[in-house]
Amino acid sequence: MNLEILTPLGKTYSGEVIGVQLPGIDGSFEVLDNHAPLVSALKAGQVKVLVEKNRNESYKIQGGFVEVLNNKVTVLVEGSEAV
Amino acid sequence: MPGQLKEVRNRIKSVQSTQQITKAMKMVSAAKLRKAQDAIIQMRPYAQKLQDMLSNIVSNSDGSVSMKLATERPVNKVLIILVTSDRGLCGGYNANLVKLARQVINEQYAEQNSKGNVEIWGIGKKGYEAMQRTGYKANDTFKDLFLQLSFENVQKASAAAMEAFSKGEFDVVELVYSQFKNAATQQFKTERFLPIPKVENKGAAVKTKSDFIFEPGKEELITELMPKILNTQLFKAVLDANASEHGARMTAMDKASDNANELLRSLRISYNRARQAAITTELTEIVSGAAALNG
Repeated sequence: MNLEILTPLGKTYSGEVIGVQLPGIDGSFEVLDNHAPLVSALKAGQVKVLVEKNRNESYKIQGGFVEVLNNKVTVLVEGSEAV
Repeated sequence: MPGQLKEVRNRIKSVQSTQQITKAMKMVSAAKLRKAQDAIIQMRPYAQKLQDMLSNIVSNSDGSVSMKLATERPVNKVLIILVTSDRGLCGGYNANLVKLARQVINEQYAEQNSKGNVEIWGIGKKGYEAMQRTGYKANDTFKDLFLQLSFENVQKASAAAMEAFSKGEFDVVELVYSQFKNAATQQFKTERFLPIPKVENKGAAVKTKSDFIFEPGKEELITELMPKILNTQLFKAVLDANASEHGARMTAMDKASDNANELLRSLRISYNRARQAAITTELTEIVSGAAALNG
């Protein structure tokens, strides 16, 4: 599936991934392929991007939102940086 | 005669050095403009997606959604956020913005102004100073935003405006800034910042009528979304203003360089004329001197 992390200062991540772990406002959750359409608020925390089976990247984010639709995940946050 | 020659020569020198400065400033503005334009382009996808998300949620919920930040109240106290630049030498840019702000106050909020209920938050030094000088209630908390232009700082300003609005310190917040069209044109405009215009549930605009899972709930999501959208709106205005400023300065400095060229041309003509006149006089003196000796 495709993941994009957008901030007001530009894209911080864009590409194909296996899955992504997000800090939802009611608790952390993970989105994998073929997830049902979802809109969720995120709190400040860490996003773990599962790029490949044994490779993942982490991003520290400020609060924001995520939208999942047709295997496209868009994370909208006010700030994010690679950890 | 030689005195006049020297005068013109000095004049040419000073015009030349001024022209050098205006040319350099034009170049610097062009570079900064490119950067400012980039920043606008970078934030566009984010702003677009945020709007999409909002209309998505609104169109998936039935009826209108009530929000604290959207409550219309009788207008007693007005806040005007005036975005100008920190520096001058950019043509009529700042003057026009200040004029527009005054026009808004005089036409829409004259009554509130007469009671002293119009406050101005100046972003950028020039507008703040102009408004303060002319006796408006100007607040300088966010005056120096352009010194360190970052999303975080802009966010602070919009958060402060939202808080003041929720507390009832202001009943309406207007934004006066310049929208960036291209390097040569800016559009000076006023935009309603708060209360938020009602989001309509337009049935036709529904593109993705999927069964979304909303986490936590639609209402909560919208209350979370709204401040972010406002942050983005202000950030966009500030970025637009920044690009406009550099565009305006670039055009102004280009004109100044052209004018300097024109001035130099006419100065050179009068310089040459004076020089030739001096030579002719000298020649006549020598010739007539020789003639007197021979005679």
